[in-house]
Amino acid sequence: MEDAIVLRDLVVDRGRWRVLHGISCAVPRGVVAGLLGPSGSGKTTLMRAVVGVQVVHGGTVTVLGRPAGATDLRRRVGYLTQAPSVYADLTVRENARYFAALHGRSRADADRAVADVGLGAAAGQLVGTLSGGQRSRASLACALVGEPELIVLDEPTVGQDPVLRADLWSRFHELAASGVTLLVSSHVMDEAARCDRLLLIREGRLIADDTPDAVRAAAGVADLDEAFLRLIRASEAGAGVPAGTGGETA
Amino acid sequence: MNPRILAVTTGRILRQLRHDRRTVALLLVVPTLLLTLVYYMYADQPAPPGGVSTFDRIALVMLGFFPFVIMFLVTSIAMLRERTNGTLERLLTTPLARADLLFGYGIAFGLAGAVQATVAAALAYWVFDLDTAGGSQLVIMIAALNAVLAVALGLFCSAFARTEFQAVQFMPVVVAPQLLLCGLFVPRDEMAGWLQAVSDVLPLSYAVEALQEVGAHADPTGTMWRDLAVVVGATVLALALAAATLRRRSG
Repeated sequence: MEDAIVLRDLVVDRGRWRVLHGISCAVPRGVVAGLLGPSGSGKTTLMRAVVGVQVVHGGTVTVLGRPAGATDLRRRVGYLTQAPSVYADLTVRENARYFAALHGRSRADADRAVADVGLGAAAGQLVGTLSGGQRSRASLACALVGEPELIVLDEPTVGQDPVLRADLWSRFHELAASGVTLLVSSHVMDEAARCDRLLLIREGRLIADDTPDAVRAAAGVADLDEAFLRLIRASEAGAGVPAGTGGETA
Repeated sequence: MNPRILAVTTGRILRQLRHDRRTVALLLVVPTLLLTLVYYMYADQPAPPGGVSTFDRIALVMLGFFPFVIMFLVTSIAMLRERTNGTLERLLTTPLARADLLFGYGIAFGLAGAVQATVAAALAYWVFDLDTAGGSQLVIMIAALNAVLAVALGLFCSAFARTEFQAVQFMPVVVAPQLLLCGLFVPRDEMAGWLQAVSDVLPLSYAVEALQEVGAHADPTGTMWRDLAVVVGATVLALALAAATLRRRSG
């Protein structure tokens, strides 16, 4: 089957700055792909390009076999923005039901999505009265409720306690097991270890694209944190991408 | 456009309004308080010989003006929030069409404006004995069209504001000239030629003329229908411009 996401030489400029410098990679279907990198490295811009809301200046973005942003993809792709984008003056349930209805899903689907992110007890509360972590889960419920084939999540677990984070990650893997593809950005390394594939970007360039094990092997250390540091240093030293990472999936 | 998506979007906007009880109360109470103020201001003023009383003249225009100014403000802020909270960007990644959102706002706040005008008109007709030759239902219809026009202008103007402070500043820019030149203070045909020309391109002038036609004639006149056609045309134009400001892709 074709890959869920294929980027070829993706270039994005913001004003006079080049944010992404010709990124090429592919994400197969049915995996949880982690997009990692320091803040300001271009993670959000890359995700926006995949969702089709970013003006791109070079290269191509193919999503589920179609050019990113194509009209029919709007029913097949779910997007969670980094800042929770839900209506503060509606309850959690009303938000979920609205986004469910936009995707032609039922009220029961909406209520299930709310329960899945652990907000069942707060479903009747106005989003404006929730804590930051709860608010971002309300936003997550609205991204999952359309049952999309590709889910793009920009830092979905920020501000969540460890138990909830573990629950959310097992939910992500359940979804992947059912054939859904997830692209999840994070800057927490223990989350990187939970991904099936990793994309590491730094300053708008891809410096690793592989499984966590392969990334560890390439860097020659067992700790992912340390592995990333080594890869970053190697890329800074001008050594390019170390052998064993990148290339083969693009 | 998709009727189901339009309906759920309209419902969502009305639900947001319903959760904000204080705003609903202000929407309904403020026009009645202002009408009361105007009534007592002119209570002891004699009516011009053979003419309409000053209260009747002003109240009739106010009934159309309230929904116009309030719905312009409410829409500008609501749409600005959609833009700054990221919900607009998210909506544009869903199957929702831009027209679903624009018409959703038009219907939801048009309804709110109609309710507002109905409450104010009930007070004006029943308590303050407002006298119009034409029916009150025509007055309310014109007020509702004014509300929809204001929504369309608000949707468009919100694209030029980055903050709520800026959005509020568009109120005097868009609304004040239309109020001053609509013919309430100085009859339009007594203004300087260039002011008349400006007044001629401002949609509120036509809404006010339509209200004055209802005030003076028992049956709807051709002038009233022409005026309403202009108001509807201006609404469509503003909606088209607003649609052009909703970009799915940004930099």
